[in-house]
Amino acid sequence: MDSPHHRYLSGLQQRELRYQRCSACARTQFYPRTLCRHCGSAELDWLTSSGDGVVYSVTWLYAKDTPPSNIALIDVAEGFRMMSTVTGVPTDVPLIGRAVRAAIADDAVVRFELVAP
Amino acid sequence: MTDSLRGTTAVVGVAESQLGLVAPGLTPLDLMGQASHAALAEAGLTTRDVDGLFTASSVYPAAGLDTAEYLGIQPRYIDGTVVGGSSFVSHVLHAAAALRAGLCEVALVTYASTQRSNAGKLVARTQLNAYEAPYGPRFPVSMYALAAARHMHEFGTTREQLADVAVAAREWARLNPKAFSRDPLTREDVINARMVSSPLTVRDCCLVTDGGGAVVLTPAERARDLPRPPVYLLGAGEATDHATISQMPDLTTTSAVQSGRRAYDMAGLSASDIDVVQLYDAFTINPILFLEDLGFCAKGEGGAFVADGQIAPGGVLPVNTNGGGLSYCHPGMYGILLIIEAVRQLRGECGDRQVPDAQTALTHGNGGVLSSQVTAIFGTEATV
Ligand SMILES: [Zn+2]
Repeated sequence: MDSPHHRYLSGLQQRELRYQRCSACARTQFYPRTLCRHCGSAELDWLTSSGDGVVYSVTWLYAKDTPPSNIALIDVAEGFRMMSTVTGVPTDVPLIGRAVRAAIADDAVVRFELVAP
Repeated sequence: MTDSLRGTTAVVGVAESQLGLVAPGLTPLDLMGQASHAALAEAGLTTRDVDGLFTASSVYPAAGLDTAEYLGIQPRYIDGTVVGGSSFVSHVLHAAAALRAGLCEVALVTYASTQRSNAGKLVARTQLNAYEAPYGPRFPVSMYALAAARHMHEFGTTREQLADVAVAAREWARLNPKAFSRDPLTREDVINARMVSSPLTVRDCCLVTDGGGAVVLTPAERARDLPRPPVYLLGAGEATDHATISQMPDLTTTSAVQSGRRAYDMAGLSASDIDVVQLYDAFTINPILFLEDLGFCAKGEGGAFVADGQIAPGGVLPVNTNGGGLSYCHPGMYGILLIIEAVRQLRGECGDRQVPDAQTALTHGNGGVLSSQVTAIFGTEATV
């Protein structure tokens, strides 16, 4: 059996945000595991997310000698939540509730961008 | 309904170690030795009497072994449950079960840390979940900041209301000679302090101190023969629903809902029956969440409940009467100190900060990033 984490990382290498859906209960989960966290089934399918999401919460991190950066929790359209960051926004723009879309960069990290309202 | 633990065990001794900033070279074990000696002495006992040991540590992975060896005891029952800062409230529940089952007769719960004299940093789990690590959250403050931001968004909780939690803690600390921070603190001081992880400033965050404590429990019948008035465990419950913040189902509702209900059910009490409350205040959002989840106010009303001195001395509900982790002491894992203050309030030993005629006390421990929630309710002889 492939490592769930390795399978996720190999998706990122191909610019895909992968997640799991349970064949037994049809619910989705993130992060990937070897069993369903909702019902305990080990029958899991791998799918690729649309990358659409909504910001659930956000905090701006302030540290010496670096500009503020944000840490966000994103509710992804397929029904799971992940930690990420929203790029290209100033600190004074309210982000919670805003629509975002995933962008996977060369470093294979998922970041989100604001979708124009 | 199982045979209830209600009133079957009691706290017979409590003590802190040295607190704040201790002498260089003192170890957590040295401080546990101080606290254990003093707590047992209050109970008219010594280490020779201890046959049940309950401990957790940030620095000793097999803390039960290190602690037993240092104290020179050979316990027949060891519980090293580690669920973060709430561990010691959990230990009280586990100790009550073990005492009731006859697995031990004198239970010692102890913890200490020298995190301030060692490094000046909060000693905490630094290995992040692989799915959170790439984003560089500052553990644990960013996780609590995410909860605070969501609470503000959903319920209109304000920056000022968060600050009022820190101000109330400071006002209690000013009545506690052992508190680490006793200078006056205003709402503006909190809001204008250095921002760490928005919306939380450095004054929304708990202290980083040395310190520790010990709590001794025995079966109730033995407790009545010991020197201090017994403080009975009336109910306790624990719960968890995540380890990492991105897995928490709802950042505005903690599993204190479940731990509290379990504790209240065992005690046969509700929030309105509680005289004094000790809540794990690692960050200012915590008491707001826990007052809601433990039924002291409705969900979303915690901000208004804590505002304008209502949990400060002279307010509507006495919360964190020692000054809390925010102003009294926070040695990495604070839960042991919640219990000590609850017991002292019920014995009437708290001097300037004493809550008049306190008969029931609720302690609520939090561990990880709102991950572990453990509630324990204590009462005087009159409540059993
Ligand atoms: Zn399932």
